[in-house]
Amino acid sequence: MGHNVLEITDLRTCFDTRDGLVTAVEGVTLSLARQESLGVVGESGSGKSVTFASVMGLIKAPGFITGGSIRFNGRELVGLDADEYRQLRGKEIAMTMQDALTALNPAYTVSDQIIEALMAHDETLSGPRRARRRQAREKALEMMRLVGIPAAETRLDDYPHQFSGGMRQRIMIAIALACKPTLLIADEPTTALDVTIQAQVLDLIAEIRERLGMSVVLITHDLGVVAEHCDRVAVMYAGQVVECGPTAEVIANPLHPYTQGLIASIPRMSDLRRRIKPILGTVPSLIDLPTQCRFMDRCDRARSRCRSLIEMRDMDGGRQVRCAMAEADDG
Amino acid sequence: MNVGKLIERLLQLIPVLLGVSVIVFVMMLVTPGDPVEIMLGDQHVTEEQEQALRHDMGLDLPPHERFFKFLSNAMTGDFGLSYYHRQPVTEVIASRLPATIELSLAALIFALLVSIPLGVLAAVRKNSILDRISTVTSLFGVSMPGFWFGILLILFFAVNLRWLPVSGRAGFSSEVEPITHLLLIDSLLRGRVDAFWDALKHIILPAITLGLPMASILMRVTRASMLDVLNCDYITFAEAKGLRKSQILIKHALRNALIPTVTVAALQTGSLLGGNMVVETVFGWPGLGRLVVESIFVRNYPLIQAAVLFYAVTYVMLNFLADILYTVLNPKVRL
Repeated sequence: MGHNVLEITDLRTCFDTRDGLVTAVEGVTLSLARQESLGVVGESGSGKSVTFASVMGLIKAPGFITGGSIRFNGRELVGLDADEYRQLRGKEIAMTMQDALTALNPAYTVSDQIIEALMAHDETLSGPRRARRRQAREKALEMMRLVGIPAAETRLDDYPHQFSGGMRQRIMIAIALACKPTLLIADEPTTALDVTIQAQVLDLIAEIRERLGMSVVLITHDLGVVAEHCDRVAVMYAGQVVECGPTAEVIANPLHPYTQGLIASIPRMSDLRRRIKPILGTVPSLIDLPTQCRFMDRCDRARSRCRSLIEMRDMDGGRQVRCAMAEADDG
Repeated sequence: MNVGKLIERLLQLIPVLLGVSVIVFVMMLVTPGDPVEIMLGDQHVTEEQEQALRHDMGLDLPPHERFFKFLSNAMTGDFGLSYYHRQPVTEVIASRLPATIELSLAALIFALLVSIPLGVLAAVRKNSILDRISTVTSLFGVSMPGFWFGILLILFFAVNLRWLPVSGRAGFSSEVEPITHLLLIDSLLRGRVDAFWDALKHIILPAITLGLPMASILMRVTRASMLDVLNCDYITFAEAKGLRKSQILIKHALRNALIPTVTVAALQTGSLLGGNMVVETVFGWPGLGRLVVESIFVRNYPLIQAAVLFYAVTYVMLNFLADILYTVLNPKVRL
């Protein structure tokens, strides 16, 4: 699979905490093709953000990657030298964060924050520092127009707090995309926004993805967002990917009981009288987990064979599921 | 920032100054000790001579009349004559002020130069040996009394090692024609390198003694705010942009972490004034602080009154300066 932009194999990321070793990500295997968009769904603490912080090389002590491989365009990232990693970040792999208000530095103007990303990586800027800065400013303006900031030329020197929530999110996207990365990791891009703005921001990401031909990872806990914007989806639970496959099929016919539970708990406009079915129980603690299905305690189909090591299994139609009982339902 | 705000601040000064005047006046009234008796000491004088002196100093009037006389004179900028110098207290204060300003600035610079880098390092290397050492040191710094620490420094560096002078501001040979009245600057402006070194040697120990508590507090503030800032999303985002570590630390983190540091520094500069009294006395520094202490001993009322008012004005102005600096550093806040 040489054409994949990103290939994560058996990734394991741990945090050494006072209470013990927390394995936040355990055996995650995911891949992302060129120009593909992958939705990563899961609740808080499912390991979705940690997985992609690992990809960005942003895991800091007491956290560390203890195993597995992350290949980006064929290049191994685990154990990459800090300086080489820095040159990759922001240039080839970019990230946006959940809340633009806190992700943008309040002390600097937005143009300054776009310019510094360009100054760090853009090799098309030439000449002495001041000339490069001037060119970067031109590009910053271009980026602000690209992400749809109205009257962008008058807003270059505004501070983040002078923008509305949706506009701030666009600024953050402009910063992330300033160096035209091949992979964008959007961590909860819509959580901090209200519903109408959410749709605009997601459409913007989709539009730019097409225009720049990049791949996108959309980390979210909103299956609705994934359904509309992602080619494939990976569902994470307690540090593991439990189900992965083409979005439409996963949503139409979820194989893993957790995915089924997630879908059953979405309210539907077409069937308002139907009661929302919550998933009972809570996520297990990630310290010293026994070798067994992690969803077992909350699963109404659990059998004794769920007590053994459950591996990710390939199913028809490019789908994968981590469930011992899945076969029975499939087909 | 606008002129209206400045005027508002200046108007706020009026009640502050009035209140301070009353408090100081009452305190001096209830403090035992009579300036006339202190001045006469063991000299044998007649009752009439003593009365004449008392009348001359304006101390024969009842307290409330004395206070209102002081107030009405003060309005015109007349704070009376110093009992001992026989010249207007404003002139006496002005002559001692440069030495105090010089010492305070030196202490402030020392405090900033030590506290900010140490605070940043302690935050970046949280829980390291360096962090622990600086935590303990700063605890010492705030809890050691200046008079004791100053004497300790004198004993070690001046008496034992003989590296630095014991006291004073400069030797006789280091006198230079004043321009700014700050010896360190004047000596450089006049090209007198020898005088500059002499002045520098004299100021080191008092500046450290005066600046140490402030350095300790600022170090803790810088460390704490730096730790806060380093946990902020915008630091992670700056890392995700692929910026250099130094750029992230200095441009993104320190700039924001300095907001509380600078505010506290401006406020703490006011408290240097109080520290000055002790440090100037210990080091025989010819500044305002020592003058005030001496004046209190001899109940030199006009001078105490004027000096305390001067302190009050300085304090309020430093508060104002802190506000201005805060808005300069934090674009979200506008005065």
